[in-house]
Amino acid sequence: MKTLKIEELSKNFGSTEVLRKIKLEIDEGNFLVLLGPSGCGKSTLLNIIAGLETINEGNVFIDDYNVSKVEPKDRNIAMVFQSYALYPSMNVRENMIFGLKQAKTSKEKIEEQLEKVSKFLQVDQLLERKPSQLSGGQRQRVAIGRALVREPRIFLFDEPLSNLDAKLRVEMRREIKKLHQQLKTTVVYVTHDQTEAMSLGTRIAIMNHGVIQQNDTPENIYNKPSNMFVADFIGSPSMNLIKGSLKESSGEILFTASGSNVEIPIKDYEFKDKSNLNNKEIYFGIRPEHIYFKKSNEIDFEINLRANLSEYIGHEQIITFDYANQEILAKFPSTIKIELAKETKLFFDVTQISLFDAKTDERI
Amino acid sequence: MIVTSLKTMEEIRQGTLLSWPSGLNLDSWAVAWGGRGYGAGDTFLRPYFWNSIKMVVPAVFFSTFIGAMTGYVLTKWRFKGDQWVFLFLLFGCFIPFQAILLPMARTLGVLGISNSVVGLVLVHTVYGIPFTTLFFRNYYVSVPTELVKAARIDGAGFFKIFFKILLPISAPIIVVTIIWQFTQIWNDFLFGSTFSFGEAAPIQVALNNMVLSSTSVKEYNVDMASAIIAGIPTLIVYVLAGKYFIRGLTSGAVKG
Repeated sequence: MKTLKIEELSKNFGSTEVLRKIKLEIDEGNFLVLLGPSGCGKSTLLNIIAGLETINEGNVFIDDYNVSKVEPKDRNIAMVFQSYALYPSMNVRENMIFGLKQAKTSKEKIEEQLEKVSKFLQVDQLLERKPSQLSGGQRQRVAIGRALVREPRIFLFDEPLSNLDAKLRVEMRREIKKLHQQLKTTVVYVTHDQTEAMSLGTRIAIMNHGVIQQNDTPENIYNKPSNMFVADFIGSPSMNLIKGSLKESSGEILFTASGSNVEIPIKDYEFKDKSNLNNKEIYFGIRPEHIYFKKSNEIDFEINLRANLSEYIGHEQIITFDYANQEILAKFPSTIKIELAKETKLFFDVTQISLFDAKTDERI
Repeated sequence: MIVTSLKTMEEIRQGTLLSWPSGLNLDSWAVAWGGRGYGAGDTFLRPYFWNSIKMVVPAVFFSTFIGAMTGYVLTKWRFKGDQWVFLFLLFGCFIPFQAILLPMARTLGVLGISNSVVGLVLVHTVYGIPFTTLFFRNYYVSVPTELVKAARIDGAGFFKIFFKILLPISAPIIVVTIIWQFTQIWNDFLFGSTFSFGEAAPIQVALNNMVLSSTSVKEYNVDMASAIIAGIPTLIVYVLAGKYFIRGLTSGAVKG
C-alpha cells in the first residue's frame, strides 16, 4: 500500500499546460521534496494533493483510496503555508483547534491534542496570543502545530521556510527534520531551495515545465542525475557540461572535447546501453568539486588547463578554467594558490562523472 | 448657523449676521423638530427624521453586507468571467443618479413599493452595491488567499470562512463603507424627492419643503436649526468612526 499515489495526472489553466502526466508514489514515512524552478508546477501539484485545485486528468490516491473528488477536509491531510496563513482574528489556541472544532471532535479530545502538540512544539506559553504578537519562528511553529493536532496521514508543506531570515531558516530546517524523525509521518514538501531539499528529503522529485525529471534519493539526484536539467539544477556552482564525442578503440572508451585532442578514458562508468557508443555526440559532466588540485585516486585523469578567473568566497574559491574554449569551473579550498593566466595541472575524478546524450539530453 | 438658530426673528431683523443672540433661545429648534402644533401646512422634521433613519440603517446594512459578500467571492472564489462581473460593477459606479430614475420608478411600481421607505431602501441598496463591492474587493485582494486555503483544509465552508475568518479582520473597511454609504444615503435628495412624497419622504426632502415652500415670513432661525438637525447624524457617524476612516482607506495600499 502506498500512502500517496498519483496516476497520469494532468492539469491545465486555460490553454497553459501546468502538469503533464505526472506519476508519483510515496511509501509510508517518506519525506518527499518537490523541487524545481518557479513556475514548474510544484505548488500546483501540492494544491492538487491537498484538494485545493481540481484535476483535468488522472487520479490521486491516499492509502489506496481515490480522493480525486474528495473535499480537502476529508483527505486526512494537513498543510503548512508559506505565509503561515494563521487566522489573524483568532489567538494561537483558537487557530490550532479550529480544524478539530470543524470536525466536531469532542472537547476532551481537543484539549488533549492541544496540550500534547503545544508542549511538543514549545508554544504552550503562547496560547492566548494573537498571531500578530508572535515572531516569525513562533508563527511557523504554530502553523506546524495547527497541522499536527489533526494527526494527518500526510503533511503538506508549501515553501514554509522562505519567509524566514537565513539564520532562522537553518534552525527551522533542523526542527522540521527532527519533527519528521520523531513522528515518521509521510511528508510532501515543496521548495525551490536545493539545500533545503537535499538536507530534508528522503526522496526528491525534480520538476520542470510540469514534468517530473527525476524522482530519487538525494544521493542519486546528486551523483547520477538522469538528464542535463537535473545535472545543471543541482549543485552550486552547477555541473560542468563539456561538449564532445565518444570513441571506442580496442575495448576502451575515450572522450574528446570538441576542439581538443586530449582523450579522456572513461572507466568504471555504468552505461545504460553500451552499444553504439562510437562517435556519439555527448556532454561530459563533472562537478566543480570533483576536479582536484592534487591527485587523490590512481584513476584520476591528469590535465593541464589555463586559469582565467578566480572567485574567493571565504572557505573556498571557485576558479574558471579554459578547456578548448569551453568554460570549466572548479572548487578548491581557499588555502591553495592558483596563478591566473597560467597552465595549471588538474585532476578529473572520472569515477564521479555523468555522461549525457547531446541529442536527447538524457543520461547514457 | 448655530448663532442664527438661537436668535429670535426680532433679533435677526435688527442685528447683523454676526451679532450674538441675546440668550439661549431654543424655540426655533423646537419648531424645526416638532412644529407649531397647528394643523395643515405645518411642516416639521421629526417624522421625516425617523423616515430617514428607517431608510438609512437597513440600506447601509444591506449594501455593506452584499458588497462584502461580492468582494469576497470576486477575490477568494474566482470563477470564469469574474473579471467581467467586476468590470460591470465598476461601470455601475459611473452611472449617474439621473440615468436610473425612470427604470427604477418602473421597477418600484411593478413591485408595489413606490412612495415607501422600503422602496427607498431598495433603491439605495442597489445603487450602493458597486461602491461597496469595490471597497471590499480591493481590501480582500490584499488578504492572502492562503488563509482561505488553510480554512478549507480545516473544514470550513464558504460562509464559515467569510464570517469566521474574513469578517473579523474587515473592521477598517466596514467602517469606511459605512461612512461612505451613510453619507450618500442620508444626504441624498434626488432619489428621495423622486420616489417619495408626503408621509414617506426622507429628511432632506422635508428640509427642502420646509425651507423653500414657506408662504409667510422666512424664518431664518428655524431654517438654520432644521439644516443642522438634518446634518447631525452624518457628523456623529464621522466623529465615531473617523479615526478608522483614514486607516481603512490606506490599509489596502500597503501590505502589512
